Amino acid sequence: MPDILQRATAGTMESSDAYVEIEPNENGLEIQLDSVVLQQFGKDIEQSVRAVLLQYDIHNARLNLVDRGALDCVIRARVETAIRRGKGEQS
Amino acid sequence: MESKLVNNLSDAIRAAGLKDGMTVSFHHHLRNGDFILNLVMDEIANLGIRDLTVNASSLFDIHIPLMDHIRNGVVSKLLTDYVSGGIGRYISNGILSTPVEFRSHGTRATDIACGRTPIDVAFIAAPATDCRGNCTGKLGRAACGSMGYAIPDAMYAKKVIVLTDELMPYPLADWAISENFVDYVVKVDEIGDPKGILSGTTRITRDPVGLVMADMAAKVIQASGLLKDGFSFQTGAGGATLAAAASLKKIMLEKQIAGSFALGGITGYLVEMLRSGCFRQLMDVQCFDLDAVKSIREDPRHREIAAAHYAGPGTRGAVVDSLDVVILGATEVDTEFNVNVHTDSSGCLMGGSGGHTDAAAGAKLTMIIAPLVRARLPIVTDRVGCISTPGSSIDVLVTQRGIAVNPARADLAHALRAAGLPVVDIQELKQKAESITGVPQPVAKGDKVVAHVLGRDSGIQDTVMCLPQE
Repeated sequence: MPDILQRATAGTMESSDAYVEIEPNENGLEIQLDSVVLQQFGKDIEQSVRAVLLQYDIHNARLNLVDRGALDCVIRARVETAIRRGKGEQS
Repeated sequence: MESKLVNNLSDAIRAAGLKDGMTVSFHHHLRNGDFILNLVMDEIANLGIRDLTVNASSLFDIHIPLMDHIRNGVVSKLLTDYVSGGIGRYISNGILSTPVEFRSHGTRATDIACGRTPIDVAFIAAPATDCRGNCTGKLGRAACGSMGYAIPDAMYAKKVIVLTDELMPYPLADWAISENFVDYVVKVDEIGDPKGILSGTTRITRDPVGLVMADMAAKVIQASGLLKDGFSFQTGAGGATLAAAASLKKIMLEKQIAGSFALGGITGYLVEMLRSGCFRQLMDVQCFDLDAVKSIREDPRHREIAAAHYAGPGTRGAVVDSLDVVILGATEVDTEFNVNVHTDSSGCLMGGSGGHTDAAAGAKLTMIIAPLVRARLPIVTDRVGCISTPGSSIDVLVTQRGIAVNPARADLAHALRAAGLPVVDIQELKQKAESITGVPQPVAKGDKVVAHVLGRDSGIQDTVMCLPQE
């Protein structure tokens, strides 16, 4: 069974939030990050995204994150929600 | 009576004798609705005049066409007090070969008056004028209220051209600038777009963090001992500072405190405080909304004030020096209490001091109000990206998670603690913020100087580098 079943999103484009899109992918992880604080926190953000993906055992997915200055806990929560929706979990 | 009306702008520019290498000036009361700067610069370019210095009290996104005149050599130098984000990005990307000079509104006025930054031709956008140049911002379809920032330009420029879209019968009696400063009058179709002139942003914040800060700000003022009869006050038009004014108003009415004056850019909120008896007088260098324009037109207690009188350092009398309290904003504050209002978190120009530095220097209590964290960035840093206002002028930083008092003001820290307010060390605020956000990595800078920020002594206070170029 693929890691991600369907395209799913979580979050908003509001300031201090992040918007995450996740899609099925066949050959590994493709992660795209855009952030208003990329220079200051880019590495931290990527690390958190990868940590949540790993926690859910996702090895094949395309993930796009647009960060508008969200705190780390918010980024992790938005990524987690997108993954669970992508797996078909009903909210 | 001899009219000063000239057929068109081009004739006026020629008559004023504008030549290569000279300085022209503009004022910003029409803000992002201003048509005059672009109109004039296009005409100057058509006349083939080049290598000009533009001294504009502020620049907004509507002035982005000016960037083309920089590219094609019509303009080679900029002096200004404030730039919007769109203009700031061009400057930060190094569009000019000479650094922009940023001044405060007061320092601009003083430097024009003392001849440090002489003006050859001043262009005054006037919402209403008579044919001899008595002009005002209180009347006309594009009424902007006060014209305070244009007054030094009119008084000291070698030639003064008034542009209007509303000619009134002579004499227009309630002038901001009188005919004895004006050389030429030009009628144009429209000086500006009223929608861009007055903002609708003077709303009190509903953000709970903003309200907590506002409440704390009012309590700090109360605890400082300055809130008594004769109290004088300045604040900006930001949502949180307006909320602070609202909390202050409540206290003043409850305790029946009769203040003396409110100063600076005036909003409808301050007009309401005047009407309810919190102040005896408004001293207005710029109106921010329609209520303020209506009030300055109709209420003699609401006075227009020239830029030098408002805030000029080294003048015989600037009102900022009589201020009790000013509430100001910041994009960053460092552990030495220096404040940045020029650049954003990536070092890109997007603002300027305006009257920040002047009011901070003059007031007995200068308060910065800012959230501890803004879009994951701590408000307190080790060193601000640009020193707009030096820490020696700042007394207290109010955040929703605590109040930091400048160590030079031990008396104030003592008074605030005695009032039960949460006074903390500024280092502690920085640590609190970083425990929420993580520690930000430093941002990269380019290697070319794009702006000098001048202090109130007109010396270089700080330098802004270009953005890293790929």
